[in-house]
Amino acid sequence: MDIFGTSLTTLKEMITGKKISSKEVFSYFSSRSQKYNPDLNAYLTLIDFADQKDGDLSGIPLAIKDNFCTESIRTTASAKVLDTFIPPYESTVTRRLKEAGALFIGKTNMDAWAHGSSTETSDYGPSKNPWDTTRAPGGSSGGSAAAVSAYLAPAAIGSETAGSIRQPASWCGIVGLKPTYGRVSRYGVIAMGSSFDCPGPMTQTVEDAAAILQVIAGHDPSDATTATEEVPDYKKKMTEKRSLTFGVPEEYMKGLDKDVEKKVEESLKVLEKMGHKVKRVSLLDPKYSISVYTILQRAEVSSNLARYDGIRYGNGRDAFGQEAKRRMMLGTYTLSHGYYDAFYKKAQKIKTLIIEDLQRVFSDVDLIVAAPTPMTALKLGEFEKYPFFGETMDVLNEAAAVAGTPAISIPCGLDSQGLPVGLQFMGNYFDEGTILNAAYQFEKETNFFNVLAEGRTKYE
Amino acid sequence: MNKYFPVIGMEIHVELKTKSKMFCQCSADYFGCEPNTNTCPVCLGMPGALPVPNHQAVEWTIKIGQALNCSINKNTKFDRKHYYYPDLPKGYQISQYDEPIAVNGHLGITLKDKNNTLTEKTFNITRVHLEEDTGKLTHAGTDTLVDFNRSSVPLVEIVTEPDFENSDDVKVFLEELHTIIRSLDVSDADMEKGSMRMEPNISLSIYADKEERMKNLPKYKVEVKNINSFNFAKKAIDYELKRQAEILDKSETPTQETRGYNEDKGITYSQRSKEEAQDYRYFPEPDIPPMEFSDEFVEGIRKTLPELPAQRMKRYLNDFKLKYDDAFIMTRSVKLAENYENFIKVISQEKDLDLKKQTVEQAIANVIVNKRILATVSRDEFVKQFITMFKKVEVDESQLQTALEKAIQENPKAVSDYKSGKTNAVMALVGTVMREMRGQADAMDVRKKLEELLQDRA
Repeated sequence: MDIFGTSLTTLKEMITGKKISSKEVFSYFSSRSQKYNPDLNAYLTLIDFADQKDGDLSGIPLAIKDNFCTESIRTTASAKVLDTFIPPYESTVTRRLKEAGALFIGKTNMDAWAHGSSTETSDYGPSKNPWDTTRAPGGSSGGSAAAVSAYLAPAAIGSETAGSIRQPASWCGIVGLKPTYGRVSRYGVIAMGSSFDCPGPMTQTVEDAAAILQVIAGHDPSDATTATEEVPDYKKKMTEKRSLTFGVPEEYMKGLDKDVEKKVEESLKVLEKMGHKVKRVSLLDPKYSISVYTILQRAEVSSNLARYDGIRYGNGRDAFGQEAKRRMMLGTYTLSHGYYDAFYKKAQKIKTLIIEDLQRVFSDVDLIVAAPTPMTALKLGEFEKYPFFGETMDVLNEAAAVAGTPAISIPCGLDSQGLPVGLQFMGNYFDEGTILNAAYQFEKETNFFNVLAEGRTKYE
Repeated sequence: MNKYFPVIGMEIHVELKTKSKMFCQCSADYFGCEPNTNTCPVCLGMPGALPVPNHQAVEWTIKIGQALNCSINKNTKFDRKHYYYPDLPKGYQISQYDEPIAVNGHLGITLKDKNNTLTEKTFNITRVHLEEDTGKLTHAGTDTLVDFNRSSVPLVEIVTEPDFENSDDVKVFLEELHTIIRSLDVSDADMEKGSMRMEPNISLSIYADKEERMKNLPKYKVEVKNINSFNFAKKAIDYELKRQAEILDKSETPTQETRGYNEDKGITYSQRSKEEAQDYRYFPEPDIPPMEFSDEFVEGIRKTLPELPAQRMKRYLNDFKLKYDDAFIMTRSVKLAENYENFIKVISQEKDLDLKKQTVEQAIANVIVNKRILATVSRDEFVKQFITMFKKVEVDESQLQTALEKAIQENPKAVSDYKSGKTNAVMALVGTVMREMRGQADAMDVRKKLEELLQDRA
């Protein structure tokens, strides 16, 4: 049976209806992964079939970003420091997925420690963009995005500190959802910026994203920063008939690549045609988010990486790559005596302003719409031209990251080079339901302009 | 006249005896466990592991703060304190920096000098905060072994102002603090196990006037680390005061540093120089949301505070009319004081006791202090022994009269000795009478009566 391109939700129905066994599904993705991974370098570790439990994701094989600790399965965060690290425990996200019956097909490549937006800082070489293997898939969850785009997995788990789900989803032409900070447990996710890190689904369809979020969302007694807020029925929220008001921040339409701007404008027309209201709004210039995010994140990075002191995990501090060292240096500096007030404390204050700014707009609109990234996939190697490459690529993602609000990136067409362009919906705290609703309606209206099917043609 | 005036502050670390560790579910009772068996991803600082604070530990820290008359910060948070050490698995310790749980307290102590004069002194508590303990290093030959069983056990740090002027005050203060902590039932505060550790900060000032001294603190300070006995604390301070005075005498300034204390030699020794202040790069722990306490919550904890040793002491002095020393001894442990008060309850129901002009409370305290009956025996046993000891003696007056006469008649030597001024000779007569009475008489009473008889017949 040819299941090429089948969504997670459909596969699940097929497995439940005994049209195909979970073992067949697994070996299908397993052999595809073995075949294409040498070209794409999406996976660092491939995993064998294992018996699974019964649940909402019974028999679904998933690709897992390599910063999620998986018990007895090597977990490196693409960093040589953890080259041989085999966690003795399971992250909450992967535990919940396993309990829901999911299987893991492999651990995906990423920027080392999630430091980057192209997977080029990976100590195991970059992943390639399935649309054009001379291009980066984006990052840091680039391996996960590439795996889904080339259909090496029906869906994947990524994580985002600022843009690490949305930007690679956009560059690889898939769906990437960054939930509200605290909606999904960080327990067992190798920390990057602890006050921003958010695990989330990377999928082919909005429905698949909702299905995965349903499983991984919710309070976790092992993560004190998770919310006790009740988890709604996302499928129900997603399918409700709603007319929404979208706000388009002028400041976020500046500096976009011409093609990206064109696709976003076209999408706004689609939204209006669907009966939604679209209005122009004003937000703080996203450049403030870059500064705030960079300072706070670097501080947390320098602290979070302190545990890799060379005493444990096999490899010493000399195994750290350039980018990690740069971030540790900057973070150490901003936290140093005499600089703390000027940097860290000030950044915290501006963070509050960014939150207030978003709240002001959300009192007026249901969702904010923007591009997730100013340009489409760049050639590998180009990131070296930009000292703050990640921050620049993620300029449009950082406000939501800093505020901790949820957002999604969905495909909205191709640019003149034939590369996928993304569209971003940002919602208010814990309003993943509205985001999924809008994205689902958009998907039904446009089928994402066949971007997903086109992206995987080469890998049929 | 003194040339130098000591400026001494104390940092005291107390391990809480909560069930689980500060940030994970491992047992906080690690004593005697095989190395590295009482651990989990969280207290090992594994990649991805996250701390979840122990509520009991937070409540107990508030309780300690209240017992030390501190104000409790309604808004408080944890911070990361960064430094590298092999016993610190995360590269930082989760501690509290600028918003500790409790601040601005004080503790009063009573000092008794050689002439039994009592002096009250009060020492200021700067702060009480909650943090996690580290692992433990053992040096074996050229190897250093690390055991993480203790890693992340809740640790309360109590910091005083540099209020102390001598080691005697420090010792009494520490003893009082120890008694308070034990009475709160939040820590074993067992020195042997290291669950209470003390670090004096010592320097010498040239200012005799306290206010001047506090305004112009010396430019250096020596910290003596990890002392686990009150006596050692006193000795280490005395040694340091002498050592620093000798350096100052040479017109030099003692080095700002951390020193250890060698118990065998009774000396301190340099561990690491603190010439440059360490930069711990504190910042708010992002893995733990800040805490906010309501008034009800804080006052609810205050209601659980037991009677503190000083209050109990006051009650024993005022209500029970105990002697200072007896009251002091009876209030050093909650267990002892509770037993004592239990004994009082039962024994005060007893009639036919002759307490020799003492109150019940005084008599029981006296018996316990002099170890005539061990306070550790069961209540019934204690009461039984006490009654035997103080049973009112039924004296047959006519029989006693006969015995008195008989003793005088049969012991002419003792009588004549007494009359010639050897008053102690009367004791021989008392002995004879008591034998004759088979103990059924009060010896003091017998002596009095004999003396009267002998006086009459002089």
